[in-house]
Amino acid sequence: MRRRALLSYCALGLGAVAATLSVGWWQVDGPGAPETATAAGRPLPLTAMDFALTDHEGQPVGPETLIGQPSLVFFGFTWCPQVCPTTLADISHWLDGLDSEAETLATVLITVDPERDTVDAMAEYVSYFHPQNRGWTGSAAEIARAAEGFRVRYERVPLKGGDYTMNHTAGVFLFDAAGVLVSIIDYHEPREFALPKIRRALTGGALGTG
Amino acid sequence: MRPFATAVLALALLTTAPPLLAGGDNVVIEDAWSRASIGTGRPGVAYMTLRNAGTEPVVVTGLRTDLAMMPMMHATTTDVQGVTRMAHMEEVEIAAGETVALEPGGLHVMLMDLQRPMVEGESYTLSLVFADGAEASIEVPILGFAARGPAD
Repeated sequence: MRRRALLSYCALGLGAVAATLSVGWWQVDGPGAPETATAAGRPLPLTAMDFALTDHEGQPVGPETLIGQPSLVFFGFTWCPQVCPTTLADISHWLDGLDSEAETLATVLITVDPERDTVDAMAEYVSYFHPQNRGWTGSAAEIARAAEGFRVRYERVPLKGGDYTMNHTAGVFLFDAAGVLVSIIDYHEPREFALPKIRRALTGGALGTG
Repeated sequence: MRPFATAVLALALLTTAPPLLAGGDNVVIEDAWSRASIGTGRPGVAYMTLRNAGTEPVVVTGLRTDLAMMPMMHATTTDVQGVTRMAHMEEVEIAAGETVALEPGGLHVMLMDLQRPMVEGESYTLSLVFADGAEASIEVPILGFAARGPAD
């Protein structure tokens, strides 16, 4: 009996995942895909997301990890020497600029390349930046669920010589302590625009115009 | 009609006649820098500005360095939906008198297949090959892994 119950829970779980994924497909790439950037979808509240990943210290993490403190989340992959170091260096710079105000801020890089970004690879990588930065990875399926919640797109692109790169949404998402989206910092936005947005997240501001 | 025909002819001439290419000697390369790498498993990156001090366009057609087996130029672009992509650039043209900046977030040199780790404080030689066969070599300083610009 117990086993049967477990099985049906699993089936229910798989059904839920499949439903979530197909809803995600419908909204992101399917007939429901919005046509403009503004409608392309802002991340859901963290409380409405559901995924299970592992941080660079091997600890289980998920959207609930970020509730209770303001957070700054972006997607990337550590193989690339261009976008991710730039974003992480920018974030480290912002953190330095905010001093003690930013101590409560959780800053997380979620990889879109779990094949190369193992827990060890993430640990090595984030160690080069501000100690507040965390790196999250996990199975391809859980990464997909996370990306769906954040309305992030990514795709693998082969390169000459067998390597590959990843196209991906590069904005930095700011959430308040309740897990509500406060703002999005566009890739490479000047610091003078980024800092006020972060301060707004730190003080628990509501969703702004971006 | 006549001015229109003249315009069409001028356009045709502009688009069909290959531009006379000035020597790569006219290109001034400044503010070159690289980030340190983590080992050799990931590619390296190099940034610089290329100023064409000549009176004709100049085309960069290739790169050479003993640091990486496959140095290439990539352009990072971000579309309206905020998705960034990297595109391999076979060549990069610098118009007469213009400056092309290779900088974080945009055009950059990708150093694929690193032959040795890029260590902060060290430097390496990078050669740019131009369409006329000229080459310009520069010494690129390697800055910290989290460097954001040539002054860091």
